[in-house]
Amino acid sequence: MTLLDNHKVIERNVTLLLVLSLLVVCVGGIVEVVPLFFFKNTIETVEGMRPYTPLELAGRNIYMREGCYLCHSQMIRPLRDEVERYGHYSLAAESEYDHPFQWGSERTGPDLARVGGRYSDQWQVEHLKDPRSVVPESIMPSYAFLASTPLDFSHIDDDLVANTRVGVPYTADMIKDAKADLIAQATQDGAKKDLQSRYPKARIEDFDGDPKQVTEMDALVAYLQMLGTLVDFSKYDEAGNNR
Amino acid sequence: MRNAVWIIVLGLATLLALTASGLAHDAAFRAHMGILALLLGGGTIYLLRVSDKPAPVIDPDAYMDGPIRLGTIMTVFWGVVGMLVGVVIAAQLSWPQLDIGPWFNFGRMRPLHTSGVVFAFGGSALLTTSMYVVQRTTRARLFGGNLAWFVMLGYQLFIAMAATGYLLGITQAREYAEPEWYVDIWLTVVWVAYLVMFLGTLVKRKEPHIYVANWFYLSFIVTIALLHVVNNLAMPVSIFSSKSYSAFSGVQDALTQWWYGHNAVGFFLTAGFLGMMYYYMPKQAERPVYSYRLSIIHFWALIFIYIWAGPHHLFYTALPDWAQTLGMVFSIMLWMPSWGGMINGLLTLRGAWDKIRTDPIIRMMVIALAFYGMSTFEGPVMSIKSVNALSHYTNWTIGHVHSGALGWVGMITFGAVYFMVPRLWGRERLYSLRMINWHFWLATLGIVVYAAVMWVAGITQGLMWREYNDQGFLVYSFAEVVAAMHPYYVLRMLGGVLYLAGMLVMAVNVYLTIKGRVRNERPLVQVATHLNPAE
Repeated sequence: MTLLDNHKVIERNVTLLLVLSLLVVCVGGIVEVVPLFFFKNTIETVEGMRPYTPLELAGRNIYMREGCYLCHSQMIRPLRDEVERYGHYSLAAESEYDHPFQWGSERTGPDLARVGGRYSDQWQVEHLKDPRSVVPESIMPSYAFLASTPLDFSHIDDDLVANTRVGVPYTADMIKDAKADLIAQATQDGAKKDLQSRYPKARIEDFDGDPKQVTEMDALVAYLQMLGTLVDFSKYDEAGNNR
Repeated sequence: MRNAVWIIVLGLATLLALTASGLAHDAAFRAHMGILALLLGGGTIYLLRVSDKPAPVIDPDAYMDGPIRLGTIMTVFWGVVGMLVGVVIAAQLSWPQLDIGPWFNFGRMRPLHTSGVVFAFGGSALLTTSMYVVQRTTRARLFGGNLAWFVMLGYQLFIAMAATGYLLGITQAREYAEPEWYVDIWLTVVWVAYLVMFLGTLVKRKEPHIYVANWFYLSFIVTIALLHVVNNLAMPVSIFSSKSYSAFSGVQDALTQWWYGHNAVGFFLTAGFLGMMYYYMPKQAERPVYSYRLSIIHFWALIFIYIWAGPHHLFYTALPDWAQTLGMVFSIMLWMPSWGGMINGLLTLRGAWDKIRTDPIIRMMVIALAFYGMSTFEGPVMSIKSVNALSHYTNWTIGHVHSGALGWVGMITFGAVYFMVPRLWGRERLYSLRMINWHFWLATLGIVVYAAVMWVAGITQGLMWREYNDQGFLVYSFAEVVAAMHPYYVLRMLGGVLYLAGMLVMAVNVYLTIKGRVRNERPLVQVATHLNPAE
């Protein structure tokens, strides 16, 4: 076989071996990943999507810090049982502001893509503090410490700035008032109207039931309560987004 | 003064870490930089203490084995740590009372386990064996003077920073790419040094041909560099913050991550370990590799096809269908080059199959290849979309990963370490061959229990989630499925305990071999003193 005999040339030349293997491994990635940045159905915009409020963003960071993604997915597949159990299948656009995505790979616990609004704030707080008090079968760790840890949001505006640098459309006002918006959402005193005009559908509540301080529990529950609630599926045009 | 430059560099780095700790944006970064300062400061003090000792005379023609000896010890050490954490988190899933928040909750311990086994145990094994193999197959000393020390120690620093970061809650929340931006940058520096060291050694080789094991090691080093850099592109909140935001979002981020994630399996845990197999297997069997042509074909096919398989982690998600289909087709094709490697390894034993009976190290390598073949068959099956619809999100995936990681990666590494230790420390033989036999059976039994339990658990889970009654309603609530998993979680932990026990037996055996002890034991196989006459 002459073709294989020519392999001698490659295996006697380090540079050739290096360059060829690099080229060979580049092909698949380029063909699969690069088009995703340009195709319409992966960069679609869907009505209702907006960037996270500062409080939700802080909550999302706690979700990531505690490794929630290791047991909970946020991606409902278009399969009958999943749609019935969790709700409408997830759209690409629903994670368009997620840096990084949190689709997950395991369901040791249930999917959370549409958990927002399914339970009351009190239920969420109780469940996070002592999961087995509300779900006896649960094997989730206790996150009671979140309720006693004040949320550190001294640099939350920097978080918004970093997000704009990777493409999230936070406006100058949103960045300027990030701290005020965060406090307004968690304590109910502050410029509610401004917050709601900037972030439609934002829930303004005392999430952790402790009005004295903004805790990490406030932030995490605010995030959980908005998950999957932004898109109004009665107005969503399914056929327009065939993939 | 010896190592003057390194003492100055390390001392300055310690000061920088302390400064960063002082200016930190967030509490986690402050603690993490404090840990870094402690580690670097410790290194500086160590170098100062040995600075008045005379520098050892280096023979430029001899192999450089110092970093390899350290790497071998670290491989065994991280193996014990990573698997112990695995047993702990398996116990946490069985009895959630064992979660001790915030630092030792499952969510923070799980990356510690995965990184501990994949990057600490597997990574140390890859660095160590590649340094060993590249010297012996090129007949050249490692390139770059103390570069190999920098690579080995720098990599250990990366592991220490990643591991402590997880417990502090510092994570990018990308599976198998959890270390944050500054730890990633450090790994990039170490990795480039590793590539330079490896390429440099190949360039100054005294053999005309580059041996096949080195093709695999080289492709592993290059591809991991590419994957690591692209997947970890992120925007830090500040240079004094432990937090960054991924450069990509949503679908693009998901596919980038699984392009990375799957090829961490493909190039870290497969190509690299195939390089290991291609050296240690023929050496231990004292037979040449079965087929040179097969190794050419399966090498190029493997590295070309593997990179396409990432989308099989995202079936039925919001990823476009065409990408899912490409992922499925290439995942199934991948079966062939994978088995090419298995066949080439197994048939290396042609005419010497009796060694499986007489040589426990060969037996370990053979079972590694058997598990490699098994899991590279199971993988393509799970990459069929209709199978994946059931298996995805379940424990089946966990079982699959472990039959690959414990069976293939673990076993081939054990074989390589048992091969190297007597040679690296100039011992006549290992402390005990019988203990290898014990290790072999404990590990094999552990994997079999683990994989079988996870199959049953995963399929049960998948079926319960989609079980409908005759009125068309879902039968089980999610919590009922969680409760049904309890016995499997307990059994899985026991499988892990068996495997860990084998690892501990190995640690003792390696330790006593290094100490120069030899166990007075009955030979494993009675050598026949006379031939049985034929009938």
